[in-house]
Amino acid sequence: MTVTVNRYKCGYCGACVSVCPMAALELVETWIEINDACNDCNTCVNICPIGAIESVKE
Amino acid sequence: MKDKYDVIVVGAGPAGSSVATTASKAGLDVLLIEKRQEIGDPVRCAEGVDKEGIKRHIKPDPRWIAAEVKGSRIFAPDGTKLQISEKMSGAEVGYVLERKIFDRALAEQAVSSGAEVIVKTSATGLIRKNKQITGIHARSIGESVDIKAKIVVGADGVESKVGRFAGINTTLAPKDIETCAQFLVSGIEADEYCQFYLGNNIAPGGYAWVFPKGKGIANVGIGVLGSLSNNGMPVKLLSNFVKHHFPTGKIIEMVLGAVPASGPIEKTIADGFMLVGDSARQSDPLTGGGILNALDAGVMAGTVAASCIEKDDVSEKALMEYERQWRETIGKKISKTLVVKEKLITFTDKQFNIFAHSIEGKCDNTMGVFDIVRALFRANPKLLWEFRNLIK
Repeated sequence: MTVTVNRYKCGYCGACVSVCPMAALELVETWIEINDACNDCNTCVNICPIGAIESVKE
Repeated sequence: MKDKYDVIVVGAGPAGSSVATTASKAGLDVLLIEKRQEIGDPVRCAEGVDKEGIKRHIKPDPRWIAAEVKGSRIFAPDGTKLQISEKMSGAEVGYVLERKIFDRALAEQAVSSGAEVIVKTSATGLIRKNKQITGIHARSIGESVDIKAKIVVGADGVESKVGRFAGINTTLAPKDIETCAQFLVSGIEADEYCQFYLGNNIAPGGYAWVFPKGKGIANVGIGVLGSLSNNGMPVKLLSNFVKHHFPTGKIIEMVLGAVPASGPIEKTIADGFMLVGDSARQSDPLTGGGILNALDAGVMAGTVAASCIEKDDVSEKALMEYERQWRETIGKKISKTLVVKEKLITFTDKQFNIFAHSIEGKCDNTMGVFDIVRALFRANPKLLWEFRNLIK
């Protein structure tokens, strides 16, 4: 997993889920879960309306 | 909850409740599940909707009508104003809703038609028998359950999972989505018009809006085209917009959201499966309005589900009737507005101003979205050649 969601910032809108080409994200009620399919493409980072997603360098 | 239904609908927004109501009224045994513990909350919507369209689906009730609007004003970047009336301006004005109450009223309608609603329950996968989808794996208040159905309907919104489970590619490219932020602003003056502000410094590839909710409050929001946005841009731009236009306004609620703006997707059905509403990307790519299309598509899906189950054929081929119906109506409409959107996102601010000037004074209260497109084309045929087929 190479992106993290700041759940204190996240507004649980689901924008990131809809653009994820790997289907690695899920909006579960009011938080986002990320699975291992994430390929660090950063599409979600740029779509987030409030800047809650960060790319993490491993 | 039983272990078997005629139809399971995943997601209790307008699309899902519309399917559930229609299918129940046709005599089917319907389960409507909602992953959240409350229906309609948190809101992810600007809440504007066409009055006449809504009346086709539910009796207007002051409990969920925050305000009525007379029409729309569109502002070019230099402030040039175009005003159009409510009746003609498309599906995005008329009522400004209180979605928290509206969505629950639609779910109540489904329940009173005979559907069963279960909240805090999400679909985690699909059950298949050979190729046929025959139910869902679900998590209901933390417990895993399997529920069977003759038809599963995905109505799980912009963040849809079940479409993907069914093998339908619903992934939106960044250029096919508007990423949005909205504040409920109090203590301001907002008359009975919905206002739209265009401009690349205001909302790249989108627009800012002010939808009045009565008593000095309004939904003030912004949508940015995904491919032109970056990390957190909508909230930053909206904060600036509110500071500039409503310096004394107080922010009393914050809403984030995303609107599919892709136009019709390739496929919305599979064996034993249909997709409706935002999850089927049926929202309007130009205005972002999705409620009416969702309600209308829900009726089509519910009706087709009933006739297919009656004939005991829920194959993809049989469900094609749903696909045919929505493409003929909603699909045609959103294909047209997609052309307009694709052109608008290429405009510079200077072009927006020039185009607004070219029809300034030619707009009146009898004009709608496509009347404006027609007027723009007549005044600038060479520059807007892409619009030639839209205005017949």
